[in-house]
Amino acid sequence: MKTKKNILKSNAFQTILSSLLCILFGVIICYIVLLCINPAGANEAMTTILQNFLSASKANLRLKNFGSTLVKTAPLIMCGLSIQFCYKTGLFNIGAAGQYVVGAGISLYAALAWHLPWFVCLLLATVVGAVWGAIVGFLKAYRNVNEVISGIMLNWIGLYLVNMLTGNVKESTSPYTIPIKSESPQSLLPSLGLENLFGGNKYVGIAVPLAIIIAIVIYIIQQRTTLGYVLIATGYNKDAAKYAGMKGSKNIIITLIIGGALAGMGAGMYYLTGMEQWTTTSSSVPDMGFNGIAATFLGGLNPIGTVFAAYFIEHITLGGSKINLNVYPSQIADLMSAIIIYLCGFTLFFKYCINSYLRNKEERAARATVEVTKDDKAKEGGEGK
Amino acid sequence: MQDNYTIEMLNITKRFPGIVANDNISLQLKKGEIHALLGENGAGKSTLMSVLFGLYQPEEGIIKKDGKEVKINNPNDANDLGIGMVHQHFKLVQCFTVLDNIILGVETTKYGILQKKEARKRVMELSEKYGLFVDPDALIQDITVGMQQRTEILKMLYRDNDILIFDEPTAVLTPSEIDELMQIMKNLAKEGKSILFISHKLNEIMSVADRCSVLRRGKYIGTVDIKDTTKEELSKMMVGRDVQLVVSKEDAKPTDVVLDVENLVVPSSHHHKNAVNNVSFKVRKGEIVCIAGIDGNGQSELVYGITGITKTTGGTINLNGKDISKMSIRERNTSGLSHIPEDRQRHGLVLDYSLAYNMVLQRYFEPEFRSKLGFLKKKNIRQYANRLIDQFDVRSGQGAITITRSMSGGNQQKAIIAREMDREHDLLIAVQPTRGLDVGAIEYIHSQLIKERDAGKAILLVSLELEEVLSVSDRILVMYEGEIVGELDPKTTTREEIGMYMSGARREEVKA
Repeated sequence: MKTKKNILKSNAFQTILSSLLCILFGVIICYIVLLCINPAGANEAMTTILQNFLSASKANLRLKNFGSTLVKTAPLIMCGLSIQFCYKTGLFNIGAAGQYVVGAGISLYAALAWHLPWFVCLLLATVVGAVWGAIVGFLKAYRNVNEVISGIMLNWIGLYLVNMLTGNVKESTSPYTIPIKSESPQSLLPSLGLENLFGGNKYVGIAVPLAIIIAIVIYIIQQRTTLGYVLIATGYNKDAAKYAGMKGSKNIIITLIIGGALAGMGAGMYYLTGMEQWTTTSSSVPDMGFNGIAATFLGGLNPIGTVFAAYFIEHITLGGSKINLNVYPSQIADLMSAIIIYLCGFTLFFKYCINSYLRNKEERAARATVEVTKDDKAKEGGEGK
Repeated sequence: MQDNYTIEMLNITKRFPGIVANDNISLQLKKGEIHALLGENGAGKSTLMSVLFGLYQPEEGIIKKDGKEVKINNPNDANDLGIGMVHQHFKLVQCFTVLDNIILGVETTKYGILQKKEARKRVMELSEKYGLFVDPDALIQDITVGMQQRTEILKMLYRDNDILIFDEPTAVLTPSEIDELMQIMKNLAKEGKSILFISHKLNEIMSVADRCSVLRRGKYIGTVDIKDTTKEELSKMMVGRDVQLVVSKEDAKPTDVVLDVENLVVPSSHHHKNAVNNVSFKVRKGEIVCIAGIDGNGQSELVYGITGITKTTGGTINLNGKDISKMSIRERNTSGLSHIPEDRQRHGLVLDYSLAYNMVLQRYFEPEFRSKLGFLKKKNIRQYANRLIDQFDVRSGQGAITITRSMSGGNQQKAIIAREMDREHDLLIAVQPTRGLDVGAIEYIHSQLIKERDAGKAILLVSLELEEVLSVSDRILVMYEGEIVGELDPKTTTREEIGMYMSGARREEVKA
């Protein structure tokens, strides 16, 4: 009884439980929506979403699809980490989407126009993302401009700058950038033989392991270093941080530089695989940066949790794209992942529910023991007589 | 025995997980009396009042009104029985007028349209009858705290409540407002209202109450007639041991000047005038200099200026002969300045951090706590925290790893005091270090301040409590509207004299 209570009370367990509850509710709501649109296909569609690559008929194809999910997971992990890192310092880095965009633009341009090796491209993506974050940081630190507003504006500035830049390296007949493989193979991320593990999926490479290592590094920075100590103190209570002599402006800028670097690097990790080409006529910011918000909240605002949450989100997103479009309209895939991602934001709410449930139970238990002791007393009294 | 009790709470027991907040407590309120409820923080006063007000249901015990048993399930029931409460933090709508706040919830309407005329007449009658001066058309956000409190009292009277609960009503008032409130309470009692007065301030209880019930750690200790008791007896009942109410200390032996402030100017964050205007004074080793004054006369800003939280716009601050007025907060901290801040939760602590992490808030970068690569030396931090916890008797659930938010206010303050006193320093600035604490904790903090002084530190104390000013300090500087208007000797001055300076009725040129 006692150990059970302790598990329920532990913060880590509560976080995981509430994340799982979010997923469960998201799935239930999705199912209800599917039933409403077309009851006949609901079961099949739901299984498709949840199974994703597992629904493929051949083992080789399953592995290949699993690999594709992982390739898309890496940038999401990085965007999630960007949001998480800034959130812990008390900043809401919605500009991660823009930092991701400029990272994508520069890595593609460096690869296609300058034919630079992959690590230089990746580094450039990181640096340019960091610069994009730093702009938000400087505005916040010295002009007190809300980071959400400047972040959103920079998202759009970034998008159109990147469209302009990549316009120089696009295919002549389509709005897409030239495939890296044909133009500059040395710019592709190395696979380290990982492609063989995933049925020859040539996009699988160092991105995923690198993203996981970076998540661990972020965890260590936050938990074990004085930098993390200072930044998290600032996030919890910036007045106390100021009182203690920590430099507020410096911390804001450092945080957003790191946040921007993470998102920018994430873009490099994705576009340098060659899996997707940039559409130079894009009129909307890629949702990777925004999905990072869901990923990190679902991951309990923990770097390691973000890794798993990011995988889950990509898993259902790709699963959704496999729904039979003869039964459902083509928007169904986006709708399904949107519902589940939306529910991901409810982690904190479920955590609150768990806690108030525990409190009520304890109070009831306290009352029960009161009654038991009363009964005991009455009995003792009776025996005494 | 027919004592005509209007409210009786008999054998009330209320448990929360882990603690018994009220253990078999009885409280009997006579009609027309002022009954004080005394106890330290956490003694169970608020819980008992919440039971009476219907916010909690007791596990055992009954409540009687005029001899008949009643059930109070929620505040509406309490209101129907004529029980009203002035909360410590007022429940007023800031952007409404006084009159609107008073009638809120019990408005008279005609065809759905507010009829304020009659309400205004009644409010004016009530305020005249009980001497509660308010301006019915003023907005809450524009009026003083004292007037806001009078609005709360009128709210109860307007609802025909005749059992009035005052929850620590003087905590937010200036000395003259406190005197006014005491008079108001006496008037109310004279008119037949019964008053329950929750407090841990002995002076106020002695001056206004008829009887006093004392709680300690959830238990009922006893009820005494005020005319038959003394402050010492009450404090002994409250704390459970003899308490030194008067701070005993030797005469100060001040030596070298540590802090030398000259013509300091600090801008205000609220308005365009300067909050601190041309202030000069000195603090020497081995003395406690106290800044007295009514809240909002520039004391907070003066400390913000000296500690670096606000940028100063004129003058110099010399610490040990070095001008620190242009230094960063970190540089000031490491040059020998310790600071117990006014708002311990806002400035003093990162509440979501562990106690250990809070203990090194200004020292985490020292080699003792940080490795060359920038990693925290968690073991050293914990050991250091444990030493301070032992030395200063900071109590918490799980020791060094306790999350600070879960600790009591008194122990949070003790943690700050431990941290600030243990750091290398020559000057200690303590701003209202005893605010909101109980007698036991106040005694402890005062003795620590004297110990610091006797160890040769310079201490600048900012306090709003006249008792504290008079008993702890060696010199008193009175601040009024951003300037120092008087220097007084606590041994020769009186409450009244300080009050004159505090209210601006008297001033002199001070060359400290």
